[in-house]
Amino acid sequence: MQITVKLFAYFRENRFKIEMWEIGEGTTVGEIVDKLNINREEVGVLMLNSRHTEFTVKPASDDVLAIFPVIGGG
Amino acid sequence: MADKIFRVNMTNLTTSVEAVPAAWAGHGGRGLTSTIVAAEVEPTCHPLGSKNKLVIAPGLLSGTMAANSGRLSIGAKSPLTGTIKEANAGGTAAQLLARAGCKALIIEGLPKEDKWYSLALTPEGVTIKEETELVGKGNFTVIETLAKRSDAKLGVLTIGQAGEMRMGSANISIKDPDGGLRSNGRGGLGAVMGSKKIKFITIDPKDGKVAIANPEKFKEANKVFAKALADHPVSQALGQYGTNVLVNIINESGGLPTKNFTSGQFAGHESISGETMHDTIKERGGKVKHNCHAGCVIQCSQVYNDANGKKLTSGFEYESIWAMGADCCVDNLDHIAMADKLMDDIGIDTIETSVAMGVAMEAGVLPFGDGLGVCRILQDEIAKGTGLGRIIGNGAGSVGRAYGITRVPVVKNQAIPAYDPRAIKGIGITYATSTQGADHTMGYTIATNILGVGGKVDPLTKVGQVELSRNLQIATAAIDSTGMCLFIAFAALDNAECLPALIDLINARFDLSLTGDDVVNLGKYILKTERTFNTAAGFTATDDRLPEFFYSEPLPPHNVTFDFTGEEIDTFWDF
Repeated sequence: MQITVKLFAYFRENRFKIEMWEIGEGTTVGEIVDKLNINREEVGVLMLNSRHTEFTVKPASDDVLAIFPVIGGG
Repeated sequence: MADKIFRVNMTNLTTSVEAVPAAWAGHGGRGLTSTIVAAEVEPTCHPLGSKNKLVIAPGLLSGTMAANSGRLSIGAKSPLTGTIKEANAGGTAAQLLARAGCKALIIEGLPKEDKWYSLALTPEGVTIKEETELVGKGNFTVIETLAKRSDAKLGVLTIGQAGEMRMGSANISIKDPDGGLRSNGRGGLGAVMGSKKIKFITIDPKDGKVAIANPEKFKEANKVFAKALADHPVSQALGQYGTNVLVNIINESGGLPTKNFTSGQFAGHESISGETMHDTIKERGGKVKHNCHAGCVIQCSQVYNDANGKKLTSGFEYESIWAMGADCCVDNLDHIAMADKLMDDIGIDTIETSVAMGVAMEAGVLPFGDGLGVCRILQDEIAKGTGLGRIIGNGAGSVGRAYGITRVPVVKNQAIPAYDPRAIKGIGITYATSTQGADHTMGYTIATNILGVGGKVDPLTKVGQVELSRNLQIATAAIDSTGMCLFIAFAALDNAECLPALIDLINARFDLSLTGDDVVNLGKYILKTERTFNTAAGFTATDDRLPEFFYSEPLPPHNVTFDFTGEEIDTFWDF
């Protein structure tokens, strides 16, 4: 099935901003992060369809996954 | 040298230097400005009349070597909100005032003659002079002219045309180390300075230094404190992308107020994002990192150049970029930067003015997305004080009233900043209950609602939001008293060594033995002092509410409303 993966801030360096990914049923958010060679400890925020999510969640077809490092501002 | 209270009476043009009353001795920054305003200003007075006072105070740690301690607090009764007000900003003035031995500068009264003045503060006291050359000029001309008049590295506080015209959005600008500007932005404090006919204030500490009671302990504590700040990943991201790193994440969360608060996502978010800004700054030879005051280890500021590699603006913040960008649907970062520079020069709050532009766009004054139109209105209407310029220059509420618009995002007449309270509910509690009108910095629940700093509280449910906002508002009031930048809070929320080190710094500076409980009690005292002032000024619990449309218009993409009852909001004050 297909999902959209979006990366932000320095996670984009040598990777991408947005890509369509083909993933197997039951793949977790954490496994997608691992596949991107992103250290899970550097991940600040994960959102699935604009809602906060966790490494253990399994995306469904056509979901949009957004991966952010630890960031802040104000 | 012992700290003193410097007092200026503009009615009879006299000045004095006084001992610090015992009740004020333990206060600094916001705690001190609010204590003095509450003690000396009649809550029902007209903010632009003779009874209001402008109170300027460095923080408890300003002027020391403590990292990130360069924030200056300015307080008064606000002409925008009618509440008590404190706004703080970086720049060099806080450090120089502290070194001059000034615990607070109190400016009272109104001049009898129609003349403009400047104030010059040194350790000996304040001198009042008539000013003619710079009247009617923008802030950058003030800074450049004063640099030519004196060789000394003076601190400068200045107002632009907006302050002279006593507009409700007028700010007070502080010179930064490179001759750029930082702004005590919110609540129209520039109008209070303008009402007292003071165009600018210079600060020369001469060879004054801040006394440290226990220098060794101070040094040790500062090492721990600075390391906690520098090591926190948020500090690192702030250095690289600036505060504007937030555009994409707030957009993704569905809480980025767009097109005058009718959507939570902006189609043009990528072109105004921190990532795009970072790449543009690098391509054009600007500065990705820049510190607004000496001793900052985060360096969230930056210098943004135009396409020809010439400096366009600095201190280009998320709030300004969101307001001019998403809220007004302008997706051209150069147009936003031009507007930012113009607003700095005119001396007008970027949040209030840009949200006012969004309301004006809804009213049909100019089309959504017209960045160059915004720049024209800033230059030709606001800076010149035309009728339209004054309507917009008096803020979002003023535009809404003038054009009969109901979707006016203000609380206590102050514009709501860059997070929609329907999709990020904790910040709605802060907007509603803040003692100073809508202001994200009063209790920045975004940290926990969105960024996962200091724990996690789901932004879309009501659970835990009141408590979150309360705890953050109490902590913020205390931090605002130290002279510390609020961005230390990210490290303080996550690193167990950070806050104790900050308390150690205060203890070493004054030979005290404060504990964490004392700091919490200080925060509570400040909030209650401010609220007592507001109550005496006529505010009630029904003023602690959001505008009607937040309760009735669902916000896409989550299609949510703000659904706290008044009773639920009022539990905020149960402490």
